[in-house]
Amino acid sequence: MKAKGKVFRYQDNVDTDVIIPARYLNTSDPAELAKHCMEDIDKDFIKNVKPGDIIVAGKNFGCGSSREHAPIAIKAAGVSCVIAKTFARIFFRNSINIGLPILECEEAVDGTDADDEVEVDFTTGTIRNLTKGTTYTTQPFPEFMQKIIQAEGLINYIKG
Amino acid sequence: MGMTMTQKILAAHTGLEKVVPGQLIEADLDLVLGNDITSPVAVKEFNKTGLDKVFDKSKVAIVPDHFTPNKDIKAAEQCKFIREFACRMDIENYFEVGEMGIEHCLIPEKGLAVPGDVIIGADSHTCTYGALGAFSTGVGSTDMAAGMATGKCWFKVPSALKFVLKGKPQGWVSGKDIILHIIGMIGVDGALYKSMEFMGDGLKNLTMDDRFTMANMAIEAGAKNGIFMVDERTIEYVKEHSTKPYKIYEPDEDAVYDEVYEIDLSSIRPTVAFPHLPDNTRTIDEVGDIEIDQVVIGSCTNGRMEDLRVAAKILRGRKVKKGVRCIVFPGTQNIYLQALKEGLVEDIVKAGAVFSTPTCGPCLGGHMGILAKGERAVSTTNRNFVGRMGHVESEVYLASPAVAAASAITGRITDPDKIK
Repeated sequence: MKAKGKVFRYQDNVDTDVIIPARYLNTSDPAELAKHCMEDIDKDFIKNVKPGDIIVAGKNFGCGSSREHAPIAIKAAGVSCVIAKTFARIFFRNSINIGLPILECEEAVDGTDADDEVEVDFTTGTIRNLTKGTTYTTQPFPEFMQKIIQAEGLINYIKG
Repeated sequence: MGMTMTQKILAAHTGLEKVVPGQLIEADLDLVLGNDITSPVAVKEFNKTGLDKVFDKSKVAIVPDHFTPNKDIKAAEQCKFIREFACRMDIENYFEVGEMGIEHCLIPEKGLAVPGDVIIGADSHTCTYGALGAFSTGVGSTDMAAGMATGKCWFKVPSALKFVLKGKPQGWVSGKDIILHIIGMIGVDGALYKSMEFMGDGLKNLTMDDRFTMANMAIEAGAKNGIFMVDERTIEYVKEHSTKPYKIYEPDEDAVYDEVYEIDLSSIRPTVAFPHLPDNTRTIDEVGDIEIDQVVIGSCTNGRMEDLRVAAKILRGRKVKKGVRCIVFPGTQNIYLQALKEGLVEDIVKAGAVFSTPTCGPCLGGHMGILAKGERAVSTTNRNFVGRMGHVESEVYLASPAVAAASAITGRITDPDKIK
């Protein structure tokens, strides 16, 4: 399992209210939600993001509300992976549960800038910054989490 | 090595003698909760399982409280969708407009959360029920769906921070000031993945409403759960509200905590969190001159009886400053009725504030009190993130009901002691 794309870089404490503002939560349609993804922190994000791109952020990414609409919006926007120093715990669960791969790696975050090209191998936990020629290793997903992500979420995995 | 309160509850719900931090477990659930924003996603996921009933129709609660009374057609459709599901599944604890309240005020009032329970809710402030000595945590919609299907949820056993409370809060200081003070001290990720466990002699000086407010905001420090040691006051509350059996868990004497903080409640001042994070706190003495446009008093954090009593006490016989909007919303219909009986609604309305039906609306910028560009609000809610209550260039200052009510009168953030 791999991901590759251009980096969108954000700071610490990106909360779920800026990932998907509550004013858009009168729907749960992924495509609708994606249209407003990151709107309150980066209004050009949705214009610029391409399938496969990667979000890289500081600590406590996804803090605040439990809205699963946040990882749903990120995934539906085409993002292939989020790398952060740490994740807020509900966001972490929600991402795995809907099949959005996320990784914690402080060094990779510190060594990555916006627009870098990054490749991630989830099986080995390897993060390669192709622009800078650097490589980082983090804890790979245990097998059951890889299976949940491959099944596109927990419910499909359970049904599996 | 002994266990914390949280670890003991989780062990008991997993059928294990002992659990250790980091251990992955699958625990039995006493209650699975959702609201009108998170339940539609959960129901869609649940439907994929093909099941025609939930694991236990008495252990699921659905409370449409966020965008209700329905704010627009899409919100109405979402509510209709979950109403039909609740009806089809014969969910015993579905609360319609008219009987509902803000979920985290309603669930304890209805006696659905008791000491020793394991509760998940698809709402981050589900941690509120830790005030009753339960393990209670926020999850997402998929976890809610799986919980409704199986009655189980997997957890990583958390380590914990211990807060030993001493002394008595002074003057207008309430649970809100204490928890803002603590979040300011440890930061918005200070308790990430961990439990916050509250105990100590000072507990006897905190009312249940203080404790609900404090447990409610554990998530604003990143915590998995906040939990209070059970005392006579907790038991009194539970006996008054619930017939469910309960079990009291206390931490082992040799329980291991990552950190121990001693908090002298008598030294805490009224505290305000400035934009745009709950840990950006200042005491009321350090606030400076901040003019405001709106005051919001209510929410799952501060929409309970004592909150309304304090607000009414300050507003009684005074007037909200011309040009300032003051919006008060009670947590539940029972709280609404009690406020009517005590004459609080009259005090509040005569002061020139509005008194709303229970709803989460303004807290998350949903409806009933949205901020325009450049506007500032003092709010007794729980989050002051960018754009939380409206325009991306608006500002939210988090405070207690006393500070909020005092600020409504002067039009600037005000120490309630300075109101003449």
